Amino acid sequence: MRARALVKRYGGREALRGVSLSADAGELVAVIGPNGAGKTTLLSILAGILEPDAGTVDVEAGEVGWVPQQAGLYRRLTVEENLLLFARLEGHEDPRGSAEQMLELCGLAERRGEVVGRLSGGNQQRINIAIGLLSRPRVLLLDEPSVGLDPRQRARLWEFVSALADGGTTVVFSTHDIQEAERYGGRLLVLADGESLFDGPAEELRGAVRREAQAPEAAERDFETAFVAYLHHRGH
Amino acid sequence: MRWLLLKDLQILRRSPLQAALLVAYPILIAVLVGFAISRDPGEPRVAFLNEVPADSRISVGGEQLPSSNVNARICRKVECVDVADREEAEARVSSGDVLAALILPANLVDQINSLSTLTPGVPEVEVLVNEEDPVKAGLVSDRIDALLAQANLLLARRIAREGSRYLELVIDGGKLSLIGQEFPILGLRASARILAALEPALEPSLRPALRQVTKFAGEARENLDVAGPLLDRLAQPIRVEKVAVGGSAPPLEIFAIAVAATLTLAFVTVLLVAGSLALEREENAFPRLAGRLVSPTALLGEKVLLGVAVGFAVTLLLLGGLAIFVPLQWDRIGLWLVAILVGAGALSAAGAALGAVAREVRAVSLLAFMVTLPIAFLSLVPSGAVGATLYDAIRIVTALFPFKPALQAITGALDSAGDGIGLPLVHLAALAVVYGAIARLALRRFSAV
Repeated sequence: MRARALVKRYGGREALRGVSLSADAGELVAVIGPNGAGKTTLLSILAGILEPDAGTVDVEAGEVGWVPQQAGLYRRLTVEENLLLFARLEGHEDPRGSAEQMLELCGLAERRGEVVGRLSGGNQQRINIAIGLLSRPRVLLLDEPSVGLDPRQRARLWEFVSALADGGTTVVFSTHDIQEAERYGGRLLVLADGESLFDGPAEELRGAVRREAQAPEAAERDFETAFVAYLHHRGH
Repeated sequence: MRWLLLKDLQILRRSPLQAALLVAYPILIAVLVGFAISRDPGEPRVAFLNEVPADSRISVGGEQLPSSNVNARICRKVECVDVADREEAEARVSSGDVLAALILPANLVDQINSLSTLTPGVPEVEVLVNEEDPVKAGLVSDRIDALLAQANLLLARRIAREGSRYLELVIDGGKLSLIGQEFPILGLRASARILAALEPALEPSLRPALRQVTKFAGEARENLDVAGPLLDRLAQPIRVEKVAVGGSAPPLEIFAIAVAATLTLAFVTVLLVAGSLALEREENAFPRLAGRLVSPTALLGEKVLLGVAVGFAVTLLLLGGLAIFVPLQWDRIGLWLVAILVGAGALSAAGAALGAVAREVRAVSLLAFMVTLPIAFLSLVPSGAVGATLYDAIRIVTALFPFKPALQAITGALDSAGDGIGLPLVHLAALAVVYGAIARLALRRFSAV
């Protein structure tokens, strides 16, 4: 997936200012940054939901699986009915087979008949991701997938996502949890005020804090401290 | 699109209370409004105190009416509640148990009887009303005015009839009953005849004078012949002849059924479509659907189809139920179906436009109620009921929403003698296109994340 010089404006405000991103098969890319940095806007453009005002995205719409921040599910339908509906809308030849496969994948086969509204936030997020995967995407876009999950649910979520990446799916996710980005993101894209500040592995960011920001103490502490020091050094 | 439709029906099935409310509430409202429009308001309860002595008789022109006859005439128009005295009448009016109290004073019959004498009195009745409620006060005032008008008309006719009888006596002669005795009256006709017979026996010099008297008797008779019908007309000088020059009003029960059906159709379609569309965004499914899987236009089409299908079924159910009580012309069912389908389409498009404006189902439901209910009631305001300028404004407002044309189409479809349904259908089709375009534009605004 290649995105080049993306620009998006909301009225007079520039939400994205020439952001570029590339990701190879099986790569896990974390998009991080403060509130209003443009993370959701970037993912929405990559998903084809938003049109950029300038720039290009080289990925077929059918190759992208989109998992919005808030689960896009019908809470009055059962787990199976949700999966079946989206499999049918995806035009699968065997929607029941596809739904069955996703039920196994997200570990909710036993709870297929339960109404989604009665499931925990973590389980809803798993179905949310499973629906995103129904299009059998080569690229999976996750917008803050771990928000509202407890540590156990979060661990299961990342285990699930990592397995997808290991299978060759390109995963791009946004998060506010810096530790999570360091742990699971093979690469980090740091955005602030719609601008791309950094693109590389977490260790490179620590190195930049050490060398460019001249804050070796911050670089040696937890990753969140190093990240804040980097933002401060870049004027944010 | 069919999978989305199936999904919406599944969601409706999963929400039995919501589905029941969606269907039951409009039907309840529709039936109540229908009954309110079609039914007579009923006889108002009036406390009745008759202080007239039981042996009194109303006597007009020698004909006597028993006082019970008066009671019966009054109580035919209102529901009479007999009271013992004035205090009880006042208490019942104050408590709201009765709408008003009618008191016939003891001297009423004497006063009425005096109308045919040389010293006529003024018969009066007393009415007690409770005017705490302006609507009720107006209703009571109208009822009492109508009652008095009928009573006055009855007496005037009897007095006029008596006057005519006296005129006939003057013209043709006869017997006059007075104080239990009968007096012979010669009459103008017989007088002229006698005078004419006397003429040959008179001296020639006296004959011209006698001819003048005979001529006068003849002229007086002819003129009094004309006065008789005039006296009859005095009782009711103006008669009303109603001629319908505009529109052809359907029978009241047909109109009431059309109102009930249109109200049901409007509420079911507008609420369902608006709520269902808002639900797509409330559940965050809209970006997922409209981004790639379904075009916004197809999504709108599915919602309109949902509204048409459910609205059509519920309205037909309502008509079928009402047909048990009121005979409907089943041979016109083809027109019903067309009117309901096109009406449902336009109302669903309006619902889609409302649903596309707001994000939450609750906000959209409130908006749909706030728009549909007043528009429905404004659509029922007849011309002449309000000022001309206000009515013009109401016509414009109601023309912008599909309720009134849907009502016209359904009324026309139900009533074989009514106006055609062509124009309302064209109106509905145009509104469907406009509201569809508004909904599409509004959805584009919401496609941004």
